[in-house]
Amino acid sequence: MTARDEIFATIRRSLGVKGTEAPRRHIVQERLESAPKGAIPQRGQLIGEALIDLFKTQAEAAMASVVEVDSAMDAPAAIADYLRASNLPARIKMGDDLRLAAMPWGDTALEVSKGRSDGQDLAAVNHAFAGVAETGTLTMTSGPENPSTLNLLPDYAIVVLQSKDVVGDYETMWARLREAYGKGQMPRTVNWITGPSRSADIEQTLLLGAHGPRSLHIVLVKG
Amino acid sequence: MPLTARPQRPRVGLFVTCLVDLMRPSVGFAAVKLLEDAGCVVEVPRQTCCGQPAFNSGDRDTARALAEQAIAAFSSFDYVVAPSGSCAGQIKAHYPELFAGDPNIARKADALAAKTYELVSFLVDVMGVTEVEARFDGTVTYHDSCSGLRELNVKRQPRQLLATVKGLTLTEMKENEVCCGFGGTFAVKYGEISNSIVEKKTEAISASGAHTVLAGDLGCLMNMAGKLSREGKPIAVRHVAEVLAGMTDEPPIGAPDQRER
Amino acid sequence: MTLHVTSPQFKDNAHRALQDEQLQKAMGNVRQGFIDKRAVVAAKLPEFEALRDSARDIKNHALAHLDLYLEQYESKVTAAGGHVHWARTAEEARGAILDICRRVGARTVTKGKSMISEEIELNTALEAAGIRPVETDLGEYIIQLRGEIPSHIIAPAVHLNATQVESDFRRVHTHLDPARDLSQPVQLLTEARGVLRDRFLAADVGITGANFLIAETGTSVIVTNEGNGDLTQTMPKVHIVIASLEKIVPTLEDVSQILRVLARSATGQEMSVYTTFSTGPRRPQDVDGPEEYHVVILDNGRSSMLGTAFQDMLRCIRCGACMNHCPVYHAVGGHAYGWVYPGPMGAVLSPSLIGVDKAGHLPNASTFCGRCESVCPVRIPLPKLMRHWRDREFERHLQPATLRTGIGSWGFFARRPRLYRLATSVAMRGLALLGRNKGRFTSLPLAGGWTDYRDFPAPQGATFQDQWKSRKAEGRR
Repeated sequence: MTARDEIFATIRRSLGVKGTEAPRRHIVQERLESAPKGAIPQRGQLIGEALIDLFKTQAEAAMASVVEVDSAMDAPAAIADYLRASNLPARIKMGDDLRLAAMPWGDTALEVSKGRSDGQDLAAVNHAFAGVAETGTLTMTSGPENPSTLNLLPDYAIVVLQSKDVVGDYETMWARLREAYGKGQMPRTVNWITGPSRSADIEQTLLLGAHGPRSLHIVLVKG
Repeated sequence: MPLTARPQRPRVGLFVTCLVDLMRPSVGFAAVKLLEDAGCVVEVPRQTCCGQPAFNSGDRDTARALAEQAIAAFSSFDYVVAPSGSCAGQIKAHYPELFAGDPNIARKADALAAKTYELVSFLVDVMGVTEVEARFDGTVTYHDSCSGLRELNVKRQPRQLLATVKGLTLTEMKENEVCCGFGGTFAVKYGEISNSIVEKKTEAISASGAHTVLAGDLGCLMNMAGKLSREGKPIAVRHVAEVLAGMTDEPPIGAPDQRER
Repeated sequence: MTLHVTSPQFKDNAHRALQDEQLQKAMGNVRQGFIDKRAVVAAKLPEFEALRDSARDIKNHALAHLDLYLEQYESKVTAAGGHVHWARTAEEARGAILDICRRVGARTVTKGKSMISEEIELNTALEAAGIRPVETDLGEYIIQLRGEIPSHIIAPAVHLNATQVESDFRRVHTHLDPARDLSQPVQLLTEARGVLRDRFLAADVGITGANFLIAETGTSVIVTNEGNGDLTQTMPKVHIVIASLEKIVPTLEDVSQILRVLARSATGQEMSVYTTFSTGPRRPQDVDGPEEYHVVILDNGRSSMLGTAFQDMLRCIRCGACMNHCPVYHAVGGHAYGWVYPGPMGAVLSPSLIGVDKAGHLPNASTFCGRCESVCPVRIPLPKLMRHWRDREFERHLQPATLRTGIGSWGFFARRPRLYRLATSVAMRGLALLGRNKGRFTSLPLAGGWTDYRDFPAPQGATFQDQWKSRKAEGRR
């Protein structure tokens, strides 16, 4: 008997089932297809400005910084301002995201390079798939558009988020992800990011920048 | 049971608990007074122990035998009341579990569980008592014993009644919901760990500035009193029923009897 | 495999821990930090209790259909280009991981925090095979330097203070300037970040645990605050997930329900910083991510817990709230428990995994205060399950004879109410007489466990039942 067969046999013996029972299989199929939602916090059930405000409040509570811009055209300037204010060189790394590519980086003094991070970049920009207001959580999806390493390796992670992509709860975010990728399909990596990296492993003292970014800056595009 | 459904003068079987029976009968008489003042007719059937020490030591046979004994002794009352969250919790939360496989006794165990209460919560929640006639001069602090707090939701009731005791000021200690380290046989089996836990408790008690500590369970009270006395801390320890009944003539728990005799 | 089990010496371990001033100070941080933070975030979310119910129900449902969800999970992992390996035992799990590491010629392996890795003593096996394991969670890194096991399931180095960490760093990081200042925790963190950054970039294989396995999508989920788990699984060519089989949940919606109670219960955060969902290896267009993705699913006795009272324990999501709130854990710390899982969850789980003959002390070393159950996000009845172990120990005569005799003689009298009244009536009057002057006893035969540390209050005298009977008799007269 293989390890796999024996494990399944023991599970079924312990549960007192054969594994072939149609009603059980039906229950499981039904749950996978309908994906019931459970208890959804009221807190995120907002629309418009109130929803955006909640996202900002929650992200800031998680120690991210948030700046709002009127349009995507204003994002590069806002990012240049942020780097300058943080005493950082005017250099950023980003992926192939078309929304980022359409922004007027040339209007700023920023030096932009493309691709994954090798650990040498101080600052990088990714575009978020969504923002979840209930906890100020960003949803980042992997791919050549927004490489996962850009979320993780730079000291300063900068994320552009569109207001229309801010949702109240995780479930609404998953619904949008299924629309984008197909039911049951996922990008290689989905990162939920809530604030900058931290650790409290030494004497319960909370310190930022454990392995990931010391700072998470969100550029929220209105409209 | 809603207030309207209870008899005018309910017959209450007092489950005095073995610790009160043996160590501190004055708590039993305080309970009787409080129940009678609330309009109950109190009776004390012959009884021993609820069986919790056996139950918690894994001796289910003894636990079941003692539970059956208690079920037989107390089934005829309108209510069963104990001046202890621990023993009331054993009857209310664990008797049904003990007989889950035995429908005949389970029915009786469930019925007994449904009408069993810890003393102070019974007074407030069932009898609708809102104040007591008592006087106790000084500052007290209150320890929430674990079983009463977590199995029976005893928290606000003792505080509500203590607030009506004349001359009494309640000052809360830090971590009043943290275990005192008694835990029945635990206190003896793991005496050293139990000691470390009760040390933190007596530290919190003295830091509260109160001159008396109250609680609703004699096991915890004996543990705290024993530690305070060993540490030489002059803080009195009493069961909350004694104060609520205005019956504080007996010396505090673990204190010498200096009365003339 | 059970080389490092010191659970049978629990009392000696506890004794040492209670004498250890430094440890006692560190445990004070646990008492203050975690508890208040959890209470604050729980109070901020009105749905928190409903979410605990929901989390419990989801885990119960998944366990009741575990075989089917595991099949579904496996097929989705495979469809995404990943590989699933099944391990009945710790040895098989180590073997599966070593096979992969050897095949790719791994020399350095970075690791995210994983309790399963501790359970199967993976680091020892890797080292024996000439592969260097590097723990990357800051706390795990520190205890790896010290050759210790975690003392807490989410805060592995909670038993240490900064001075100890400083001396370990100076001892091990010999390539750095000996005159450097490491007096502040932030300097220690910065140093670890620098040292480990190089390891992340150099590692051949990254091994992480999993907080959840999602059947719907074939996804493994890790939750961290540092981002170390993400770097562990993103940088090397091979990502191996090691997880026990009860980590399965049906859908993305289900995992979202449980995530809402996980961080709140664990660290008192609304959400941990990084919650990462990984599905298969990197995709054709991807510019980063691992080229191979393996999941090793460990049973190690868990499948036999299904259908028993201990099935409830398989709901555990390893948040650590039970130990954060446990007075016994606060007193003795995690190492006293003698194996990888400390606190109330360990007191229930360890006997299942290493045997109640070895771990028998753990379910006994509880006051049954119930605070663990009151904060458990999946509502595991921990005291009840500890009591079940005590039942089994009693059946098998595994407890100390003195306890058995004590309970036995108490039971003998308590089952005979007349005899009980007679005996107690005499005994209490006698004791009262002896103790009346002082009101207490400073020592009592057979009760050294009590009187070594505290006085025993003297009884008042005649028992309540005696006095009640005489009053009734007087009343009738």
